[in-house]
Amino acid sequence: MKRAAGSRASSGRLYNAAMVGLGGVLLLFLVLPFVALVFDGGPEAIWRGLGCALTWPALRLSLATTLISVALVVLGGTPLAWWLARSRWRSARWLEILLQLPVVIPPAVGGIALLLAFGRRGLFGEALERLGWTPAFSVVAVVMAQVFVSAPFYLQAAVQAFGRLDPSLLAVARSLGASPPRLFLRVALPLARPWLIGGAAMSWARALGEFGATLMFAGNMTGKTQTLPLAIYTALELDIHTAQALSLLLVVFAFALLLFLRRFNRGAETTRRLATS
Amino acid sequence: MIETCVPRLSVAVQAALGPFSLQASLEVGAEPLALVGPNGSGKTSLLLAILGLRTPDRGRIVLSDEILFDTALAIDRPTEERHLAYLPQDFGLFPHLTVVDNVAFALACRSESASPKQRCALAMTWLDRFAIGHLAKRNPSQLSGGERQRVALARALASSPKALLLDEPTASLDVEARVEVRAFLADSIRSLGLPTILVTHDVMDVEALASRIAVLEKGQVVACGLLHDVRAAPPTSFARRLLSSPTVPGTGPICTQGVHHN
Repeated sequence: MKRAAGSRASSGRLYNAAMVGLGGVLLLFLVLPFVALVFDGGPEAIWRGLGCALTWPALRLSLATTLISVALVVLGGTPLAWWLARSRWRSARWLEILLQLPVVIPPAVGGIALLLAFGRRGLFGEALERLGWTPAFSVVAVVMAQVFVSAPFYLQAAVQAFGRLDPSLLAVARSLGASPPRLFLRVALPLARPWLIGGAAMSWARALGEFGATLMFAGNMTGKTQTLPLAIYTALELDIHTAQALSLLLVVFAFALLLFLRRFNRGAETTRRLATS
Repeated sequence: MIETCVPRLSVAVQAALGPFSLQASLEVGAEPLALVGPNGSGKTSLLLAILGLRTPDRGRIVLSDEILFDTALAIDRPTEERHLAYLPQDFGLFPHLTVVDNVAFALACRSESASPKQRCALAMTWLDRFAIGHLAKRNPSQLSGGERQRVALARALASSPKALLLDEPTASLDVEARVEVRAFLADSIRSLGLPTILVTHDVMDVEALASRIAVLEKGQVVACGLLHDVRAAPPTSFARRLLSSPTVPGTGPICTQGVHHN
C-alpha cells in the first residue's frame, strides 16, 4: 500500500516536472527576445535610436498608409463578405478559399504577383501606364501591398460574422418589409459589428507588419515607401539600437492592439451571444 | 381577377426536399390552420416557401387577390413585398434595438416618409395596445417569454400584414408562460381575422389556437380539415398519436412530452 502510494506520488511529481519543464522551455524562448528588445543597451541607446533620421518618416508613412489600407479593406471587404456569406453558389465557396490564399503564401510571393500584375511591364501595368498611372515603387504601391496581404484577415472575420447571424432574425426583418439595404445597414451590420471590428484590428496589425510584398512592389525609399518594418531592415545595417528602437515602437502598437481586442471582446460578449443562433 | 372580401391564403407548391419531395396544397381563410407533422416532414420548408425565403420548383401562392408566387406566370415577389407577419420560434426580436425601436423598425420599413419621432410615437401606441408600454426602453434580453411574444406580435402587426405565420409559438417557453401566451395568442388571432398558419408540435396549441388542421408527412398533406373531423379519423399513426393525447383544453398539461397531470 505504502509503496503504491509512494509510486503514485513520484509519478505525479514526474508528471508535474515534465509539464512545467516542457512548457517552461517554450515560455522562456518566447519571452527572452522581448526582454532583450526592451532592456538591451539601456534606455539611452533606445532613445538615441528613436532620434534617428529614419524614424519619423517611417512612422508617419506606416500610420498613414495602414489607416488608408484598413479603410479600403473595410469599405470593399464588408459588401464582399456579406455577399459571400449569403451566396448559395458553389463558386462562392471556392472564391472564399481563393481569397484566403494571401494569408498562407509568403509575402514575397505576393510582392512578385503584384509586380507581375501592376508593375511597369506587368500584365495590366502597360494599360495602366497608358492611362498615365504607374503605381509600382510609389506610396500607392505601399497601400496596395498592405491591402493585398491584410484584406483576407478582415474578409475571413466578416464572412464568419455574417454567416453566424441568426437566420430567423434576417427572415423576420425581411418579412417586416426591410429592403435589402435596410436589412444590411440596420440589422446585419450592427449585429456583426463586434466581429467586424475585431477583423479590422487584425487586418490593421497585418498591414502594419507588412514587409515582403512592400519591399518587392514598392521598394525601400526613405520618406517615400519606407514603412517601419522596412526602416528596421535598413537600420540594422547602420546601428542595431536604432533597429531595436523602431522594433519597440511596433511592439507597443501591437500590444496596445491586443489590449484593445481583449477589452473589446469582453464588452461584445453579450451582443455576440444574442445575435447568433 | 376575382375580388374576394374574406382574406385568403392559398398555397400549392412542389419542391425537392432531401429524400422525398414536398407537394402540398393548403387553403387558409379566416379560420386559423394548424400545420402539424413529424420532424423533417417539410413544415419548415413549406413555411419558408410561403415567406419567399425558399423557391419551390413549381407552384402558386396567392394571398387574397395578390399573386405572391407563380411559376407559370414567372412571378416571385420578394419576401419584403409579401406582407406576411412571421413569428419564428424564439420570436426574432432584434437584440441590438430596444422594444420600442423593434416596433419602430417595422414602421420604418413600410413608411419611409414619417419622421423617426412620428414612428416612435406610433410604435408607443402599438405597445400600449398590447399593454406593454412600460417595456418600451428595455432590451429584448430583459424580457420574459410572454413579454417577448407580445412585442413580436405588436411589431408584426405594425407592419400591416395580410397573413400571419407562426412557427412553434410556445415551444421555447416554460409551462407557465405557455398557458399565458396561448390565451393571448388565441385572443389576438381571433380579433385579427387574418389568414393564419401555425406550425406546431403541441396538441394544446392546436386546440387553443386553430380550428382547422393539416397533417404533413414526408412532404404530403395526408389530412386537412376541421380538427374534430381529423381527430375522429386520423389518417396515420403520427396523427393518431398526436391528436389522441388526452387533454383538457386550457388547463396546461403538456401531453406531447409525456407528462400527465390529473
